[in-house]
Amino acid sequence: MSETPQYTLAELCITACSEAFVGDGEVLATGIGVIPRIAASLAMKTSNTELMMTDSEAWMLAEPNPLGDRGDSFVPAKESWMGFSRIFDNVWSGRRHAMLGPTQVDRFGQSNTSALGGTYARPKVMMLGARGFPGNSISHPNSFFVPSHSNRVFVEGECDFVSSIGYNPARLPKGHSLDDIDIRRIVTDLCVMDFGGPDHQARLVSVHPGITVEQVLENTGFEVYVEGDTPVTPAPTQEQLDIIAKMDPHNSRSKQLKDDPPGDRS
Amino acid sequence: MNKEMTAAQVVSELQDGMTIGIGGWGPRRKPMALVREIVRSDLTDLTIVSYGGADVGMLCAAGKVKKLVFAFVSLDFIPLEPYFRQARQSGDIEVMEVDEGMMLLGLRAAAWGCPFIPTQVGLGTDIVSRSDELKIVDSPYDDKEWVAMPALHLDASLLHVDRADRRGVCQIKGPDHYMDDWFARAANKTYVSCDELVPTDTFHADAEARLVHWERSQTTGVIPIAGGAHPTSCTPEYGFDVAHFKEYAGSVKEGGFAAYADKYINGKTEDEYQALVGGLDAIRKLPIPTY
Repeated sequence: MSETPQYTLAELCITACSEAFVGDGEVLATGIGVIPRIAASLAMKTSNTELMMTDSEAWMLAEPNPLGDRGDSFVPAKESWMGFSRIFDNVWSGRRHAMLGPTQVDRFGQSNTSALGGTYARPKVMMLGARGFPGNSISHPNSFFVPSHSNRVFVEGECDFVSSIGYNPARLPKGHSLDDIDIRRIVTDLCVMDFGGPDHQARLVSVHPGITVEQVLENTGFEVYVEGDTPVTPAPTQEQLDIIAKMDPHNSRSKQLKDDPPGDRS
Repeated sequence: MNKEMTAAQVVSELQDGMTIGIGGWGPRRKPMALVREIVRSDLTDLTIVSYGGADVGMLCAAGKVKKLVFAFVSLDFIPLEPYFRQARQSGDIEVMEVDEGMMLLGLRAAAWGCPFIPTQVGLGTDIVSRSDELKIVDSPYDDKEWVAMPALHLDASLLHVDRADRRGVCQIKGPDHYMDDWFARAANKTYVSCDELVPTDTFHADAEARLVHWERSQTTGVIPIAGGAHPTSCTPEYGFDVAHFKEYAGSVKEGGFAAYADKYINGKTEDEYQALVGGLDAIRKLPIPTY
C-alpha cells in the first residue's frame, strides 16, 4: 500500500481545475492566474496531451513553460506565433477553453470583472473592465477559479455588471439556445461545481476533503443543486504532484491561498 | 520624403474634442513621451480609444478625457489602474465599454470603411444592455441577432515602435505588434514615436521587412524619442519599469497625480524626465518580464 501523499489546498485546486480540460481535445487552454495556468499545464502533460497553450505573451508552445524565472539556458518549445490579434481568431473559432477568476458569479453563471455597486456612470468600485469575457463566454467553454468561496463572490442576485453571458433565459439572444453556452466548471477553495443541475442550475460536484456540503451552501448566495451523497474531491496523485512541482519550481502556488492551507482540512 | 517631427509638433496638430487612439497594450509599448506631451498641453475634451494602461490613467487624471472607449485599463502586475479607477468612481468620464475583440472589430470597420461589423460578441451581457451606442441588428442570412460593432473612427493615433525611417516605415521587433496596425489604419493621422530612427536600407533584408506591419502611407509623422515608451516596455529593447509604476500607482494616495506630474512631467522636457528616472542607459537595461 502506498501512502497517500501530503498535498496543499493549492495543489488540490490545481488538480481539480485540471479536470476541467479533460475531453476538450485540441483546443487552446488558457489559464489566467497561477493556479489555473498550472492546472492547464498539468492537463496538457497528462490527461489531455492534445491541448494547446501560449506563453502568456505572443507564442504558442508545444510544451508548457514552467512559471517564473527559467534561467538563461531555458529554451521555450515554441510552435507558432500567437499575438493578441490572432488570439481573437482562435477565440471566435470556438477552439479554446479559458479558466478565469471573475469577482462575482451569479446563479446563471454570469460573471463580473468590471464594476461593483453605485451606478454604471459612477460605480462604487471600478475594476478591470469586461476584458475578453463577453467574447469568451459566447464563443467557447469557460471555467472559473474562485480562491475565496463566499457569498460576496457567489452573489444572491444578478452580478452588478454582467461581463459574460450565462444561462439566463431573460438575456438569451434571439436565435440562440441556452445549450450553446458552456460554463464548464467552477473550482473554489471549498468545492467543485458545474451547471449540470435542472435547467442549468448550479450543481455541487464535489466538496474538498474536510469541507461539508453545509459550508458550501452557507457561503453561496444562490441555491445550489445537491444530488444524493456528494463525493469528496479526489486528492492529487504523486505523479500529479511531481508534475506540478516541475511546472512551478519557485512554488508560486504556495502564495495563492491565504496561509497556504493543507489540502485535507478534516 | 521626410515625416520626422517633434512631440510638440504632434500635439500642435491635435485639437480639443478629437478622438485619439493609443497603441500598445496595458503596460506595453505605449507612446508615453507623446502622452506626457499631451499632459503638458492645454488639449481637452478628448475621446480616447485604448487597450489601456498608464496612458489612460494619466490622461484621465490630467483632465484631458471626456470619453473613454475601453475593454480594460490595467498595469498588469498592478491589476487596477489607480487614476482610471478614480475617474470612473467619481463619474468624471463618459465610457463606451467593449470587449477586447470588439475594439479590434471597431478599428477594422473604420479601416475598411464599413459602418459596423456584425459579431456575436457582447450578446447577453451588460456591454450591450448598458450602452446607448451599441445596437443589435437582424441578419439578412439567418434568424439570429447580432451586435453591430460600430466603426471606431480615429482623428489621430499615437503609437510607439522600435525603429522607423523618415518616410514612415515602422518596425516592431517585439513578439507582438498588438493592434497597432489597426490603430494606424483606423486613423486619419498616425503619429509614431520610435526608439531609433534608421535609414531605409535597414529594412531591405526579408527578416527585417517582415516585421513592418503597415504601409508607410498610414504613417503621418515619425518622432524619434529613444526610451519614449518608458515606463512601459518596448520589447526587445527594454522591459517596463516596475519601480516607477509602483511609485506612479502609489501617488494616488500621496499627493495624487498633481504631485506625480509636478515631479516628472509639468515643466520638464523629455530629456529632463529621463534624467529623473535614471537616464536612457538605465531605461535600456530594464529587464524584460518573464511570464
